[in-house]
Amino acid sequence: MALKAEKLLKTEGLAVRLIPTPRQFSSDCGFALRFDWAECERVQRLLEHGRVETAGVHPLDG
Amino acid sequence: MNGDVIYLDNAATSWPKPPGVAQAIVECLEREAGNPGRSGHRLSLAAGRRVYAVREAVAELFGAPDPVRVIFTNNGTMAVNMALGGLLAPGDRVVCTGMEHNAVMRPLRDLEEHGITVVVAPCDPAGRLDLDAFARAVNAAPTRMVVLNHASNVTGTLCPVAEAAAVARKAGALVLLDAAQTAGSVPIDMEALGVDLLAFTGHKGLLGPSGTGGLILGERVNAAEMVPLLRGGTGSRSAQERQPPDLPDRFEAGTINFAGIAGLGAGLAALAAMGGPAAVGRREGQLAQRLREGLSAIPGVRLYGPADPAERVAVVSFTIDGLTVSEVGGRLDDEYGILTRVGLHCAPAAHRTIGTFPAGTVRLSPGPFTTSDQVERTIRAVREIAEGV
Repeated sequence: MALKAEKLLKTEGLAVRLIPTPRQFSSDCGFALRFDWAECERVQRLLEHGRVETAGVHPLDG
Repeated sequence: MNGDVIYLDNAATSWPKPPGVAQAIVECLEREAGNPGRSGHRLSLAAGRRVYAVREAVAELFGAPDPVRVIFTNNGTMAVNMALGGLLAPGDRVVCTGMEHNAVMRPLRDLEEHGITVVVAPCDPAGRLDLDAFARAVNAAPTRMVVLNHASNVTGTLCPVAEAAAVARKAGALVLLDAAQTAGSVPIDMEALGVDLLAFTGHKGLLGPSGTGGLILGERVNAAEMVPLLRGGTGSRSAQERQPPDLPDRFEAGTINFAGIAGLGAGLAALAAMGGPAAVGRREGQLAQRLREGLSAIPGVRLYGPADPAERVAVVSFTIDGLTVSEVGGRLDDEYGILTRVGLHCAPAAHRTIGTFPAGTVRLSPGPFTTSDQVERTIRAVREIAEGV
């Protein structure tokens, strides 16, 4: 649930943004959450702790 | 014309809605009406955010574990059907009460024809659940689920949920609470009460529009094992042709009533501004109490339900000796502009329990906008009708 993830991470002070799901990762509709790759571990930990289900985590070039 | 009526049918649907509810729906349609969660553009996101905010508000109102476990439905009946159809299998046993609405009894009687045992725990003539009989029923054999009518839409009688849920939990049964008549006028903390499934409607005490409602899944409900009512597009895991396991998507196939949910959000905000369910319930209860007092002084009027205000919500059922309920309701509407609901109120079980089957009763149900003056005028009107004026 991208909106739930966004809320959770923003509360923790992380700079995150909802973007349309990049096609190269998934043909899912809706939104993905974009964040600084350097924060990857922290993000995954927070999402796990906050019981947010994720469909995948990928690095985005550029 | 509408401004002159005395609307005492809030148990059927609340009216008027608070200022802002209709506006919220219009604003959604005019500015935020992308399909929530589907498209990757700003209107879809705006609609998605609006819906999620209402999910959170609902979760907070009912002490739910997680906003994603709030499943939006079209009404309370759909929520009940989802819970019963989704979790019961042939061979299962269900215990319900003698005051259930047809939203519960009709799916249960249908499931009975498909191998599910249904046991009805009796209530007294005022609609009060016999807890001992309930416990005996639950413990007589392995019970999969109990269904509890939180408050009767006929007599207002409150069910002792905490006690009944404790009995059910000890026996290993899930607890489904039908909160159609209590959401918005009785504080409900589902975790504290021991409720596993909460079915609510949006267009009564929550002051939203029709077409909204939901089922909240408590922690003990295994969502992966609960069979969805519908399967279809969810805007997630789109490459797959199987219904996804994620919540709430698993149980929200197709486009939800996001415009209606925007209205529900405004209703919830208004409810909070009024002081929340406890304050609203207290005020409505005082009006109902005054109605009971006034009506009980009229010869020929019979009242139903508990006399003690602590045992009921603001619903008052009565009959007048020598007059049919349709005559009374018809005269109240035609001559006095007082709007009530007469008959069986989609709850034949409740009327059998209180002894008014098949003729039914005249039902008065004040709401947040009912005034004392309207109550006094209603008492006078009933008196005139009873005296054959």
